[in-house]
Amino acid sequence: MKPDQPRDEDLVRQAQAGDETAFTELVHRHERHVYTLALRMLREPADAEDVLQETFISALRGLKHFRGDATFATWLYRIAYNATLMKLRHPPAPASLDAAIENDENAMPRELTDWSHDPEAALMNKETRRVMDAAVAALPESMRSVFVLRDIDGLSTDETAAVLDISPEAVKVRLHRARLALREKLSSYFGAPRLTTKGAS
Amino acid sequence: MDHITETCREIKDKLSAYLDGELETALCAEIEQHLRGCDNCRVMVDTLNKTITLYRNYGQDEVPPDAHTRLTRVLNLERLKMKIQQST
Repeated sequence: MKPDQPRDEDLVRQAQAGDETAFTELVHRHERHVYTLALRMLREPADAEDVLQETFISALRGLKHFRGDATFATWLYRIAYNATLMKLRHPPAPASLDAAIENDENAMPRELTDWSHDPEAALMNKETRRVMDAAVAALPESMRSVFVLRDIDGLSTDETAAVLDISPEAVKVRLHRARLALREKLSSYFGAPRLTTKGAS
Repeated sequence: MDHITETCREIKDKLSAYLDGELETALCAEIEQHLRGCDNCRVMVDTLNKTITLYRNYGQDEVPPDAHTRLTRVLNLERLKMKIQQST
């Protein structure tokens, strides 16, 4: 947001007073974040669009009751997350999948090729984007929601915790596991493994 | 290539907090000292950092123009409904 632009709170007050352009500006600011969260969780563009519409209709109708106890963004993304949960047709990821990653906690990374110095422009193409998307989609839901809110939508730890109704500590733990899993997937894609576990020949 | 030690395992658990700037200065210094002597952990932290950067820079999805148009239309209709409800 540019420094001379009104803050969300100011726009909310204007929208509550009936200024339609203020609400339109709030939609403009936040629609990408809401859509990203919904699409990453649901994987289907049509479902993500439903959530997008449901979220902003709920926000429009509920705005008069918004008191600013949380930021507008937190309040809005919580609506979006709840709408997403309602839409999830399949049951939550089986515990075994979460457990598989949790059991992997003590394992050291398998992929230790150093691709970190490759320029982003060289790394990014359509295929890379597909690999990145697939890697996020393969995360268990509990990690995926945290990762999308923190590292893609850019919320703080506390905001993410408020949206998902979990503790900040749980956010940190799930975020770290998600990042390690994604790093492993991207490393498999960007380069062959170099070695190394103790005793490996 | 270095062998993986207990320190490597301990550091692996702290890398997100390290990259997010959530650790105390003394602990950061310990990690940085280890990184200077351990290729495995240095690669690990560099590629983890790059992973985070790539998703931050390229992870967000654009709302398709058609979806944006439909959202605007739906919200206009909703406003109209609310006005009718208020006036009755």
